[in-house]
Amino acid sequence: MVNHLNLIAWLAALLQTALFVAMAPLFTIWVKRIKCTLQNRLPPPWSQPYRDFRRLFAKEVLLARTASPVFRIAPYIVCGTTIMAASIIPFVWVNIPFAVMADAIVLVGTLALGRFFLALAGMDVGTSFGGMGSSREMTFAALAEPAMLIVVFALAMLSSSTNLSTIIGFVLDQPLALRPSLLFGLLALILVGIVETGRIPVDNPATHLELTMIHEAMILEYTGRHLALMELAAQLKLTIYAVLTANLFLPWGISRSLDAAALGVSFVALTAKLAVLGALLAVGETLVAKMRLFRVPTFLAVAFTLALIGMLSFIMLEGR
Amino acid sequence: MTDDNPLLPFIDACRRNGLDPGPMDPATLAPASLLRVDVSQWLELAQAAKSAGLRWCAFWAGEYGTDMEAYSCMERAGAYLILRCRFGREQALPSLAPVFPSADRPERHARDLLGIVFKDQPDERRWTRHHAWKATEHPLRSDFHAQPPGPTPADHEYPFVTAHGPGIVEIPVGPVHAGVIEPGHFRFQAMGEIILNLEERLGYVHKGIEKAAVGRDANGLARLAGRISGDSTVAHGWAACQALERAAQIDVPRRALWLRAVLAERERVANHLGDIGAICNDAAFAFAQYQLTRLREDSLRENATVFGHRLLMDCVIPGGVAGDITADQARDMRNNAITLAAEVKQVIQILEDSESLEDRLMRTGRLAPELAAELGVIGFAGRASGQVYDVRADAPYAPYDQFEVRVPHYRAGDVAARAKVRSEEITVSLEMMARLLDSLPNGPCRTPWHAPAQACAGLGIVEGWRGEILSYVSLDEHGQVTRFFPRDPSWLIWPALELCVQGNIVPDFPLCNKSMNGSYSGHDL
Repeated sequence: MVNHLNLIAWLAALLQTALFVAMAPLFTIWVKRIKCTLQNRLPPPWSQPYRDFRRLFAKEVLLARTASPVFRIAPYIVCGTTIMAASIIPFVWVNIPFAVMADAIVLVGTLALGRFFLALAGMDVGTSFGGMGSSREMTFAALAEPAMLIVVFALAMLSSSTNLSTIIGFVLDQPLALRPSLLFGLLALILVGIVETGRIPVDNPATHLELTMIHEAMILEYTGRHLALMELAAQLKLTIYAVLTANLFLPWGISRSLDAAALGVSFVALTAKLAVLGALLAVGETLVAKMRLFRVPTFLAVAFTLALIGMLSFIMLEGR
Repeated sequence: MTDDNPLLPFIDACRRNGLDPGPMDPATLAPASLLRVDVSQWLELAQAAKSAGLRWCAFWAGEYGTDMEAYSCMERAGAYLILRCRFGREQALPSLAPVFPSADRPERHARDLLGIVFKDQPDERRWTRHHAWKATEHPLRSDFHAQPPGPTPADHEYPFVTAHGPGIVEIPVGPVHAGVIEPGHFRFQAMGEIILNLEERLGYVHKGIEKAAVGRDANGLARLAGRISGDSTVAHGWAACQALERAAQIDVPRRALWLRAVLAERERVANHLGDIGAICNDAAFAFAQYQLTRLREDSLRENATVFGHRLLMDCVIPGGVAGDITADQARDMRNNAITLAAEVKQVIQILEDSESLEDRLMRTGRLAPELAAELGVIGFAGRASGQVYDVRADAPYAPYDQFEVRVPHYRAGDVAARAKVRSEEITVSLEMMARLLDSLPNGPCRTPWHAPAQACAGLGIVEGWRGEILSYVSLDEHGQVTRFFPRDPSWLIWPALELCVQGNIVPDFPLCNKSMNGSYSGHDL
């Protein structure tokens, strides 16, 4: 009986991850569509990212003469680690079995592993743009990852666990009250998320200017299915940060059981939350220009400080 | 010579240095004063001009029978001075680059194309020549027969300036860029993200304009001039036609002059609109680009309806303009200009209110006024760095001599100042357009072109949207072009870009480049 239940849970978790991955392009196109509307442009159709994937997967892969095997395996590792990260995060169901094996620190580590290979791939071919992108990415990662970890630690102290399911369960059990630690943590996570996913005002995913790129510079040499995997990883990463924001800090509506009706409600609630977050991102990206590269560390310092204040306010104000 | 002749300090400087420049000829290359000088005085006179505060404008050369002739054009307070020197093929011409740094590339251009030998030229490297022709060949010489171009071999061995040291990286960019822009190569030496040095390598869009002009008639030359740089087709067309008309002593009807000015202002507005949007887009502020591109598009569509071409190509012809406009069209264009001015004002207000944009544009790519003066930077790039010179206001040609032209200018010299000058120029241009259309004279819009009876030459000087355009045309006794040299403002803007990016960070280069916006095509010729 226990084994039988377990099997269903594992299947459900896998299905949930598949849904997560499948919805990532949808979230990206949602942000893009809102941006287009805000800028008085005709938006691309909803199917555009999926059609792009079909096109890229059908295309021939071109490799530079100087490309090493690292360049070829990097897309699979980058995409794989990102999917793995997505599988750890409760999407529409809280008590996923993966959460027991991999906690929030593993999540940060998995994303860091993907980034490591992404940066290696950027430098592999030996073009100046790739190297520049990798150098910038690692500079910012060194500042973003500690901030992200502090957010995780604050949540862990709050719920006495680093298990994402437990954290979400804990937040769900709380009466609706304004906790300074959660508020600061939320703000820090949003700032880190903007840097990690390469959005305006830190990086511009739509630019054609090689000299200003961060993420795009690293994948400039990729073609065909390699590029498709890199793109998917980037879209998934954006969705991961949106889902983390939604489910860790505003988890209401998420299902704690595998009941079909509850899961349906959970899905609708999450979709609504993601739609709002995506719209906010689009509005923000339309309102502000990209900041100077050397301002990004300051931006991340703010994120780090906010996360730290979140943790301190827990210790000083809410600690038992 | 009257007492208020702006060139008087130059004559004084010559006297002080014991030079006798000889009489000035105000007629041959009017409105410039022509000085025929000996090769031995070439350098000293340039030094005197420099000490008298003259701005260096242009250098070009050509064959003169079996000899060579070189021209150097300078300006002070709206008065132009041209030094012309004829010298033997084997004689070396002293380089003016040590006196006027901006003369460096034009001289190297002349060395590549004509084989002129320079004395004390600080830069021995080729410039316009890549590998399309041999070092011993000189395409602008009359004994060189230009062939249809085959593929040009790759150019790997150009000796760029190098930098060595721990932490210094070299970043080659281009000539093919990710965006749909013209080709040009940029070589950066950077310390981390800080730019230590930038070196440009241009010439990838060398089309042989100067060679293609030889043997053309006036109409053919006007068409060619309209294709020197597509974004400045009216300005270049006007400059070439002005030079032709001055050479052939043709009086253009007033209505044609007014219409040419309307065309030029329309070109200015359209380019400024598009470029301000593009500058903002380089800072990821896409809103500005879409709004301003929309406004530009409205203007281009009106161009197509009224003048038959979106970019106004071939509208300016020798003797006048190609097509007339009706009273209704004039009224509509005037009203649309007023509407456009109001719309532009709204968008610009939003841009000025954006702190994040301001933070990116201010103090970025600063060109100090002293440096701009040393390089002789003109146009909006110069006016943003305290070089207040606008041909329309300072050396007005018809019809601008009938109007007062306000010249927006700043001293900050950063990207923001350049964008600001341009946004204010849009307003000035739209007001000017309304005034021109209100006072549009009646009469014909062109006068028939007639070739001059003898060999002659003319100089055209107009204010394009990028800045002063200088066109030199010489015709033989059959009215065919023997030499054409259009000096696009980009010759003076590109060197300024190299200097204004120093100390900036690499990702700010696109902003600096876009705000300067030199034309590759106009420079490469």
